[in-house]
Amino acid sequence: MAAPCARVETQLSTNMSFKKALAVASPLALRIIAECPVTKARVCDLELPHGSVSTPVFMPVGTQGTMKGITADQLDALGCQICLGNTYHLGMRPGPDLIEKANGLHGFMNWKRNLLTDSGGFQMVSLVELSEVTEEGVTFKSPYDGETILLSPEKSIAIQNSLGSDVMMQLDDVVSSTVTGPRVEEAMRRSIRWLDRCIAANKNPHKQNLFAIIQGGLNAGLRKTCLDEMTKRDVPGFAIGGLSGGEEKDDFWRMVTLSTDHLPREKPRYLMGVGYAVDLVVCVALGCDMFDCVFPTRTARFGSALVPWGSLQVKHKQYAKDFQPIDPECQCPTCKRHSRAYLHALFKSDTAAMHHVTVHNIAYQLSLMRSVRQSIVEGRFPDFIRAFMRRMFPSRDAYPGWAVDALASVNVALE
Amino acid sequence: MKLELCRVVQGGSRLGVLKGLGRMGEHSLEVPACLLYTHCGCVPHLTHDTLHSLDQLPSVTQVSLDHLAEHQEVLEEFKEGFKKFSGLHDTVLFCSLHDPAIHSPTGYTTNKTVSVWGSGGRTELTAAKFMALQKLARPDCYVSMADGETWQDNTSRKRVRKSVERTLAHLDTCLLVHQASQELEGAALFGAVEGGDVLEERVRSARETAKRPVAGFCLDGLQTGRVDAALRGQLVGAVIKELPEDKPRLLQGVGRPDEVLACVEAGVDLFEGFFPFQVTERGCALCFRFDTATDPESADRTPPSETLTKPNGDNHPDGPTPFEMNLKDKRYQDDFRPLVEGCGCYCCRNHQRAYVHHLLATNELLAGVLLMLHNTAHYLAFFAAMRRALAADKMDLLKRRVLARTQTNA
Repeated sequence: MAAPCARVETQLSTNMSFKKALAVASPLALRIIAECPVTKARVCDLELPHGSVSTPVFMPVGTQGTMKGITADQLDALGCQICLGNTYHLGMRPGPDLIEKANGLHGFMNWKRNLLTDSGGFQMVSLVELSEVTEEGVTFKSPYDGETILLSPEKSIAIQNSLGSDVMMQLDDVVSSTVTGPRVEEAMRRSIRWLDRCIAANKNPHKQNLFAIIQGGLNAGLRKTCLDEMTKRDVPGFAIGGLSGGEEKDDFWRMVTLSTDHLPREKPRYLMGVGYAVDLVVCVALGCDMFDCVFPTRTARFGSALVPWGSLQVKHKQYAKDFQPIDPECQCPTCKRHSRAYLHALFKSDTAAMHHVTVHNIAYQLSLMRSVRQSIVEGRFPDFIRAFMRRMFPSRDAYPGWAVDALASVNVALE
Repeated sequence: MKLELCRVVQGGSRLGVLKGLGRMGEHSLEVPACLLYTHCGCVPHLTHDTLHSLDQLPSVTQVSLDHLAEHQEVLEEFKEGFKKFSGLHDTVLFCSLHDPAIHSPTGYTTNKTVSVWGSGGRTELTAAKFMALQKLARPDCYVSMADGETWQDNTSRKRVRKSVERTLAHLDTCLLVHQASQELEGAALFGAVEGGDVLEERVRSARETAKRPVAGFCLDGLQTGRVDAALRGQLVGAVIKELPEDKPRLLQGVGRPDEVLACVEAGVDLFEGFFPFQVTERGCALCFRFDTATDPESADRTPPSETLTKPNGDNHPDGPTPFEMNLKDKRYQDDFRPLVEGCGCYCCRNHQRAYVHHLLATNELLAGVLLMLHNTAHYLAFFAAMRRALAADKMDLLKRRVLARTQTNA
């Protein structure tokens, strides 16, 4: 019976080379390195056009083509492999044409590693007054010259194509998580239609990865519908959107875990707008791979330094004579050279004080994720979670209820 | 501290090395030089890492009591001096009274006190308190307490005379404390020469100060915008005639390249390095040329140089000078060249004018970082060029090159 075997082998090898061909054409490859046997966490190697990214990953946000006050070299030295740029802001200033002339956002800001751009949808709704959503897109008035602008799925993708980011986000119909009623379903269904329009509009599918964004608010049924529909599309990755607004954390985590339950294992899961340490650790346990948030960098500029036991308001009087570094165990350039007292003094004299804390906060976030990854690889993630929580909160009573519940749902009991 | 001169132009410029700087005498500084300007030990906008992307930084870092005075209690508790407090290792710390880039309010100086201005407002210093601060800060060099408020309009001759007398009295008090202080052992005390715009008072102040055992001299009250360049030249010349050759002279508050050149030729060795900061704060980048490899007469054959900001008619001390380009100008929106071709600074190696323009247009913090790096690099390179020109007897050529822009504005 040699002939049938030969036919099967031929079929297999054809499949292999087809898959290889696909892999070459696809600008994203996810390799799962380790999976936590207890929770839904996993460690992956995400291959993108500008290098590999170890996940779970926290992506700092460099809104206007710059990480506020930090040079590209500094960001690189901190070990950042991917950061964010903002389509809305950059689309307004300096505009996609100029950035294209500058060799894309990578060329413009001289960032050699990966970039992720969001669609501009969130800013539309959160920043701009009198924005109006129709099937066509989001219409709004430019804050710079008062002109009426329409941000459609096609327009958003066109801008992102010009920016040349490694990961692009679809334009979604963003609705606040505190909104209820038919608007939520309308937005979810429209987001699906807009996803299809975004996919069709992407001029660079071989260089830029378009991610879908799962919507559906806090309604499990709507989320599930959205998941079912969007996972039918062949996109390289999925984001969980519409959360991290003002919703109750109890609802938040349930939607996150529902989403990861129904997202494909072999594609990255990006939870948008999440960056608080506790949220990161819990949502890694719930199966998320990528995170972004302005919080660490924004709070730094107010003198708030992130530490394993919470945060430290360096500008407060109590640190004026505190000669320890922000975190004695932190290896970042700020902690290796400067004390809380010096930074406290510097905040009265120079903007560089902000930069020192920004460097520290980025280092903190990246270091946290590195520790998370290490613990998953070494099969001790649940113990890591327990130690993390003990360090972060003064007592068991102080543990946020939602975090306890969420972790319990993935088999991690906190003492 | 020892000044070794290798070239002296009669009645004018000197080229040399200031050796034996620092408590252990391990540092040196080629002069003419500018000090590294800081706010509370930090070069504006820059962290240690970004600062050290620049090479050939001056070995002397300047701080001022304007920034330090409000931290007296902290330094008392810290007990190990300002350098250690601010993470400044391996540098020579120079402490002046005022921040040359700040125009502080005036009218608070008394016979016994001067005032400094920090984030919380005014701190009044007697000579005793002044020296207490110096003992806490433990600088390697510092300027004695001085009354330099002689530049306002209608300053009477009487007031000028008072400033000279007070300053000498403060110097004598400071010297006594200095000589008895363990914390200041090995530190170099500079005397301040006052005298406003009155020639006789300037000479008197210089002579008297020179009689004291000071390590160097600080020419005060001649800051840009307070005295016009021609008068400054006269007064500096007159003062320097009275000063010993073997001690360094620092001129406070003068940083514009043309003024620096003129004052170097009058015999000044040291300048405060605040000018790059001022340029940065107005969103500008230094771009004046100082290469002397070719004769500027042949400049016509080279591509047209940058169209510069027009010199301000009233010569406002804070306005753009002819030595810089205004990156906020729309013309740079799609200019993908580096700020200055051939500049080796981090900004010019990595970024373009269009990017810096964008950062300024969007009010981004990185604009200050990149401009500060470039402006500092450019300015330091200018000083290096000046030293080379002095060594090679090409000062005239350098002057023509630097000043060329001030005459050819579109």
